[in-house]
Amino acid sequence: MKKIRKYIILSLCVLITAASLCGCGSRSDGNTVSMINVSYDPTREFYEEYNALFSDYWQQQTGKSVEVLMSHGGSGTQALSVANGLPADVVTLALEADVNSIMNEGIIEPGWVEQFEGDSSPYTSTIVFMVRAGNEKNISDWGDLAGEVGVITPNPKTSGAARWIFLAAWAWAENQYGADNEDAIVDFVGKIYRNVLVLDTGARGSTTTFCENGQGDVLLAWENEAFLILEQYPGEFEIVNPSISTLCQPSVAVVDEVVDRNRSRDLAEAYLEYLYCDEAQRMIGRYNYRPSNPEILQEFSNVFDLEMELVTIDHFGGWVAAQEKYFSDGGVFDRIYDFQR
Amino acid sequence: MEKKKCRPVPVIICAVFIALFLILPLVFVITEAFSDGLAGWWANITERYTVKALKLSLLSMVAAVVINTVFGLFAAWALTRYYYRGQRILNTLIDIPLSVSPVIAGLIFILTFGRSSPLYPLLQQLHISVIYAVPGIIIATVFVTLPYVSREIIPVLNAIGTAEEEAAALMGAGGWKIFRKITLPHIKWSLLYGIVLCTARSLGEFGAVSVISGHLRGRTNTLPLHIEILYNEFQYSPAFAVSSLLVILAIILLVIRSVVEHRGGKNEQV
Repeated sequence: MKKIRKYIILSLCVLITAASLCGCGSRSDGNTVSMINVSYDPTREFYEEYNALFSDYWQQQTGKSVEVLMSHGGSGTQALSVANGLPADVVTLALEADVNSIMNEGIIEPGWVEQFEGDSSPYTSTIVFMVRAGNEKNISDWGDLAGEVGVITPNPKTSGAARWIFLAAWAWAENQYGADNEDAIVDFVGKIYRNVLVLDTGARGSTTTFCENGQGDVLLAWENEAFLILEQYPGEFEIVNPSISTLCQPSVAVVDEVVDRNRSRDLAEAYLEYLYCDEAQRMIGRYNYRPSNPEILQEFSNVFDLEMELVTIDHFGGWVAAQEKYFSDGGVFDRIYDFQR
Repeated sequence: MEKKKCRPVPVIICAVFIALFLILPLVFVITEAFSDGLAGWWANITERYTVKALKLSLLSMVAAVVINTVFGLFAAWALTRYYYRGQRILNTLIDIPLSVSPVIAGLIFILTFGRSSPLYPLLQQLHISVIYAVPGIIIATVFVTLPYVSREIIPVLNAIGTAEEEAAALMGAGGWKIFRKITLPHIKWSLLYGIVLCTARSLGEFGAVSVISGHLRGRTNTLPLHIEILYNEFQYSPAFAVSSLLVILAIILLVIRSVVEHRGGKNEQV
């Protein structure tokens, strides 16, 4: 009967669903092991190539191939997901503070910063200016941003990049007016933020505002993002390197709780360690991040402006202190933003 | 009967509005999707992660439809055929997924099954992962589509009343037989309509699934999530190619929907 056939089909569907539900729990079968790398937005292309490189290496070492599952998103959101139980074997996030927030949940053990070279940052980046082709407003350094220009930058309250941008402007002003003269520094940084036309919530949002919607004269952006824009919109934009900027150190870490549960610590550590080998470091340079190995960084001296003075977060007393002083509620940024209104 | 005279102004306003807000964007999506030609579109559609995302979307859709059809039938039955205390409350509760924002629905499940939940140690011991895994995505999809089937059936069940069913019962028919011979033929079309709505909603679900998915490429990315990721990565033509896939599925569902509406309408008149 027709009806009965319908029910048989229906129950088959249920069975298939149930079967596929059961099948999704396994992590390794024979010759393939899998691991999860939770990362942030702009690293996608790099890790796609790096995962293939690492898989070859791991195959040579152990005879097993590795399937690396990637997750990309805003760095802070990704950290929150891991803290909520996303089973990442390793995290490769934009900010030390994001890894620290996972650490505070007890999932990553303290001392992770020392586990790998260069404060566990296999690659670094910095903040540069992006101007429209021809640079009509003659923007060459931070000082020009306080003049008659339209600035596009994300909101330091919500965006990691925006905090680096704020601190870079601060560092330039310190150099200009003297570190003690905080009134002058606040005044200068305030002038820049008064020139901001659109304060997006994230770096990608600002890029779209500047490039797609044609707002503003200058975009403050990650260096690696700036190179990506040059590739996406050939001939439309130029990069301007300021004299002073910040050394942004994206952080990598093994997620202790997960690797202990999955017995995948060796794999996870090897995955991050291998980021420091020469081949991976060159690959990092090709994807417009600055390699942490100084010799390989020199090979890219025609790409990156190595003359820029780069200030690290230690200059501001580390992330905890900087967050408290500049970006907390009622902090320096709030005061600047207030008198703007 | 003579048709009323056509009034041009409202019709024109309506047509312009639809053209601007519905047709034009769709045309742009389709043009952008095929900007690399048919071969490029096909390459974008058959890309490994896109296929996996499509499979996951279809899986969660099938699960949502099956579970909600069964649940919807039971719920509609319980709400129209028995009278008891708390029935009104139950009736209202079913609608929660409609009124709660999907984002909150996702957060509810993170709180229920996430690392901070009291259930978490138990789930870990049993090696069951719910959120940031396929079961979580299915649960979220089922949750947001929960009321669709029952909401379509309940009015019909109320309208037809219980007389026929009681007569059948008096003549000695069992519950299953009554359902098959009496109830099902009545609610057939509204049931189908509910299923179509449920299918469409589950394919397009974004908010709740986005919160709960963890965005693991190739494992927990559904089609809508995959589109967002592609778009954020400046991969405009793949993003629109995948969007066009969803649009095509939606159009197919729309056609099925109007067929169901049409035939259902005819059926009721007879």
